[in-house]
Amino acid sequence: MNKTGQVAIHEFMKMVKSKGFIIVSLLFPLFTLLAIGGYQLLQSINTQNVESKVTTVGYVDRAGGFDYIGDYGDISFIRYESKEEATSELLVGELDEYFIIPEDYISSGVVNRFTLEKELEPPGGVIRAVRDFLLSNMLQDEVNDDILARAKSPAGFVSTRLDESGNVSPEQGGLLGAFLIPYLFGILFWIAVLSGSFTLLEGLSEEKENRIMEILISSISTKQLLAGKIIGLGTAGLLQIIFWFVSARFIAGLASAAIGGMFSNLEIPTRLLVLGIVYFILGYLIFGIIFSIIGSIVPTYREGQQVSFLLMPLGVLPLVITPFFAENASHPLTYILTFFPISAPVTSMIRIAIGNIPSWQLILTIFILVLSAVGLLFIGAKIIRSFLLMYGKRPTLREIVHSLRQA
Amino acid sequence: MKQFTGENAVIIDKVSKSFNGSMAVNSVSFDVRPGEIFGLIGPNGAGKTTTIRMMMDVIKPDSGNVYILGERLNEHTKNRIGYLPEERGLYRKMTVIDSIIYLGKLKGVDIHIIKNRAEILLDRVGMVPHKSKKIEELSKGMGQSIQFLVAIAHDPQLVILDEPFAGLDPVNTEIIKEIILELKDQGKTIILSTHRMNEIEELCDRIFMINKGQSVLYGELLDIKSRYKNNSILLRIQGELPELQGISSINKYKDHIELFCGANTSPHEIVSQLIGFGIKIDKFEVSTPSLHDIFIQVVGGHE
Repeated sequence: MNKTGQVAIHEFMKMVKSKGFIIVSLLFPLFTLLAIGGYQLLQSINTQNVESKVTTVGYVDRAGGFDYIGDYGDISFIRYESKEEATSELLVGELDEYFIIPEDYISSGVVNRFTLEKELEPPGGVIRAVRDFLLSNMLQDEVNDDILARAKSPAGFVSTRLDESGNVSPEQGGLLGAFLIPYLFGILFWIAVLSGSFTLLEGLSEEKENRIMEILISSISTKQLLAGKIIGLGTAGLLQIIFWFVSARFIAGLASAAIGGMFSNLEIPTRLLVLGIVYFILGYLIFGIIFSIIGSIVPTYREGQQVSFLLMPLGVLPLVITPFFAENASHPLTYILTFFPISAPVTSMIRIAIGNIPSWQLILTIFILVLSAVGLLFIGAKIIRSFLLMYGKRPTLREIVHSLRQA
Repeated sequence: MKQFTGENAVIIDKVSKSFNGSMAVNSVSFDVRPGEIFGLIGPNGAGKTTTIRMMMDVIKPDSGNVYILGERLNEHTKNRIGYLPEERGLYRKMTVIDSIIYLGKLKGVDIHIIKNRAEILLDRVGMVPHKSKKIEELSKGMGQSIQFLVAIAHDPQLVILDEPFAGLDPVNTEIIKEIILELKDQGKTIILSTHRMNEIEELCDRIFMINKGQSVLYGELLDIKSRYKNNSILLRIQGELPELQGISSINKYKDHIELFCGANTSPHEIVSQLIGFGIKIDKFEVSTPSLHDIFIQVVGGHE
């Protein structure tokens, strides 16, 4: 095996065995599972509180004609002639709550509800039952049972997104698909890229601080060292992302079953997945090399971290302004962030997920990123070579430029 | 330009390097022959480490040529060199055995071969019980020994050692010296850069002395010592020293006398005169200057 491969294997094994990598890898699926579990727990508590408590609902019909009781599951309705009568029954516990159908109900649609409970909003089960009760009373003599049932549940929407040519768009999922996936993708992308890049920064700083660099350079070139490190750590990062995707698909299935319709339309399109891997590799290359250069110039890892954080806002900006991309596909800022190498990977991923990036922009972005990565690798190898022996001293900008010319 | 003849392990040909306008190495030339131990000596900041780094292509010379094992340094020749730099370290979290194996693999050696070599060398320096320890758990001396083993574990043809005895106790110093001599017996070429003149005298065949970036002494150690000898005799006798012919001056010490012979007087003539006077001689030694003295004399003369 060549030396780049040896370095890559060494870095890969070091990374996947590290506690930090294992924790970060498991954190996302664990956190999501916990969130689903928590949601279910809250739901069951909520359901118990509301559905088991309210079983008897009184009503006063001032509009007239609401005397068909019907069957509404666990909830039963009792008619009262006056508000006072219903109130006294409520106070002695014969009723859980009552409502008044006012005389102008047909024109106003207002129903006055009375309860002894403190609530943020009326319980869903009771409200559904009251609505069904009102509908049944208004329509039972006008329409047959099938139409009445449909009137109670008039529409279950199945949305399909079309593209500009009128064909079914590969990206579906409505608001959820348009924003949740890009956000999730962007965040996971950042976590993977940054954990790999910071490990690179830490590794190079450590090699510089530990004075091992000169021994390494006596065996391999700085280009081989840098390429090996980037490949090794990048593969570990890719493995992490693939693990997250596999677990995301599994968890999305669980979530659909647990939370109902909310996630039923949520699907990670294959195109997004494939381009996601391409952009991850390119984005990681760009950040990895930049972080390596920083690691080789600064005297300590701590200073390296500080300098690296200066780059973060530009990289994170696309995530913050995701809705902007959805509505401003042709805005100059969208173009700048799409084509500038540091912001390009996340911006492109978000725009692919939203579905408003033309193919020519995709190709141009990938071309720019490949070109930048190759250029940075050459410059990076030279800078690392120039500064690998500069221990404990922070070079000035002039020295950096001078060394670059000399290397 | 000097051409590689096939007889030399290293050729340094008019090599110069300056940093920020200050000349660190100024048109230095020397050869290192295959199978010899070559001493690279000089005071602090003389340019030794810069010269070695140019040999290893860690820094590039401003001018001049460097040939290592018959060619300009490349990936292939890098694999045949063992290098112990002055500024050295290892991965602190890595175990001893893994460090030797990883750095050996970077020299293109098969994992089984390097593992086997590592075990043998660790046994040689008595560090087998520590092989699974992390580098950060080792004492400074142990760490230094491991650094040395890393430099030779891949069985290099040329070994460049910059201050190999720094931080070592006398026992480990002796072990490392023995290994260096064994390497020489195996036909390896060794370049030794150190401040410790006694070690140079003990180990080296030829030396190159550099001061302020310039060559000041170069050649066979014995020739240099002979060149710098001061024609004196160290003498211990019973009784009083008689008046001898051909003596320019005398230094008397507690347990011996130092006689400085005149330009045309040989030590043999002094012995003959002493015997003629019936003097009993306990010690008679033709004095040769130590490398330390030569070093002081040469470097001092350039100040």
